[in-house]
Amino acid sequence: MPEEQAPEAAPAEDPRPLPVRKVVERFGDPVLATDEHRGEWTVVVTSEAIHPVLRFLKTDPAFQYIRLVDLTAVDCLGLESISARFGGARFLLVYHLMSHMPDSPLPRLRVKCPLTDAEPSAPSATGLWSAADWLEREVYDMFGIVFDGHPDLRRILMPDDFGAFPLRKDYPVQGVGERASFDFERSGQTHRDE
Amino acid sequence: MRAPARAKTDVVASETMVLNIGPQHPATHGTLHLEVELDGEQVVRCTPHLGYLHTGFEKLGESMLYNQFIVVTDRMNYLSPLSNNFAYVLAVEKLLGVEVPKRGQYIRVALAEMARIADHMVWLGTHALDIGAFTAFLYAFQQREKFYDIIEACSGARLTVSYTRVGGMAQDVPDTFVPMVRGFLEGFLNEALPEIEGLLSKNRIWIDRTKGIGVIDAQTALDGGLTGPCLRGSGVEFDIRKAEPYSSYEDFDFDIPVGVRGDTYDRYLVRMEELRQSCRIIQQALDNMPDGPVNVPDHKMILPGKEHVYKAPDHTQPYDPVHPYGSIEGLIHHFKVTMRGHGVEPPEGEVYCATESPNGELGFYLVSDGSGYPYRVRVRAPSFMNYQNLPRMVQGLMVSDVVAVLGSLNVIAGELDR
Repeated sequence: MPEEQAPEAAPAEDPRPLPVRKVVERFGDPVLATDEHRGEWTVVVTSEAIHPVLRFLKTDPAFQYIRLVDLTAVDCLGLESISARFGGARFLLVYHLMSHMPDSPLPRLRVKCPLTDAEPSAPSATGLWSAADWLEREVYDMFGIVFDGHPDLRRILMPDDFGAFPLRKDYPVQGVGERASFDFERSGQTHRDE
Repeated sequence: MRAPARAKTDVVASETMVLNIGPQHPATHGTLHLEVELDGEQVVRCTPHLGYLHTGFEKLGESMLYNQFIVVTDRMNYLSPLSNNFAYVLAVEKLLGVEVPKRGQYIRVALAEMARIADHMVWLGTHALDIGAFTAFLYAFQQREKFYDIIEACSGARLTVSYTRVGGMAQDVPDTFVPMVRGFLEGFLNEALPEIEGLLSKNRIWIDRTKGIGVIDAQTALDGGLTGPCLRGSGVEFDIRKAEPYSSYEDFDFDIPVGVRGDTYDRYLVRMEELRQSCRIIQQALDNMPDGPVNVPDHKMILPGKEHVYKAPDHTQPYDPVHPYGSIEGLIHHFKVTMRGHGVEPPEGEVYCATESPNGELGFYLVSDGSGYPYRVRVRAPSFMNYQNLPRMVQGLMVSDVVAVLGSLNVIAGELDR
């Protein structure tokens, strides 16, 4: 009988992989959630803690996330399940990190950071990975999220004088009159006249 | 008093000149704009400007059904559209939690490796052309056309193939597939590749133009987000096919070539060896090709074959319960899969699926809200990440070297402007 009771008495083992557990241990409350979906782990942290968490993940000798694979954002407008979960967050910044250690306990990790609507901003990760340079410019260009400390934050895909952020959900797929207002007859001649 | 002539010359010599390369220039491989600041012929600063295509692929993805977006992925990379199809459907399948049968996986591997050969051939041809070697360009394009013949026999299209579907392939490969591919490999390995290598690998001009040019060390390459042959050229042995095998890549035996110096010549050598390794993989796929279906056995996910939609039912034959669709049933089935609220609807969640495309890590990050439309489609395109390293790679080089380094990164304008 004691053999059967022993597993019940033992504390339930934390199923989360080592990097996720370490982040939770070290940062505590600013870690808002840890999720798993299809074998991929996500850590959600506040915007105040995002930079320290990224720095920790990159520099900690146990896992060394030395590669920033991707950085993007998701506009949660209308996605109630997400925005309600993270205090009415409008945007989620999504970092995909990868460790190049041969025996890493978890080679890939996703870190997310909810941002509110009014003037969304986050600290820049360019100091940690130079790969963040264009990725942050793209997120700024497409979503209007400002990265504090970015050395050259300007639009990258859209024209400099473009007045909107196209990947926001309230921006229509067909645009807001860019084609209609484009001055085809600027020279006073149409193609037919020519 | 007028300044002496010599002093005036000195002032002129200390000024820098801005040279615009592109947006429409043959060496920029699409629409890119390089603002190059020159001191004489030496590059002081290089500032790339993107955005001339305005494709909006990611925004389009949010208003298209999961299967509809496949045709858009073709257009992102016009050198290897099949690899993009493949990467996208793998991501959707991960989101759905399904796995394609072995035969489908092997066909995908064989075709993805052929797409890698075609991509590397176009890269090699245009890269050599940029540096001034015209003959290699012709040899390389000839091989690409042969690959197009094979893909045309499979899918009916040559460039924008859209051959994969969520949960499988548009159709199985034809009976002529195996002999066609074997014939292609024989010609490629025995004639084309030795000929091209003979033209370039020990060519004095080629070596002078590429060796020690555009050097990037392993640490900087990892930091700057380089992937694929460019990262391996810097000596980092990283290949997603080995590190995180997908679609049965664990069944195949192949090597990962790596460079030592991280220069343009190493990136060339790495790609040439990758061509040989791809041939090895294709041969193994053909030798060990399993029988069976290519699609998952789920009629609510898979589009019916064209013959079930367009062909009139043959009433002289007995009813076939395995393929029950003659014409109208097939048509209804097709509509049911493609109509809003009836087709593929992955559960709420998100996935990131990385594949080793010819130019590096091609990843799709998909967010599902439970409907038939992806809530967010994000493409982690290798060209975009590789290309942001160009300014630091060309600094201090001659202006003609910019073209050589640009070519060695294999810039795809469709991937830069998402």
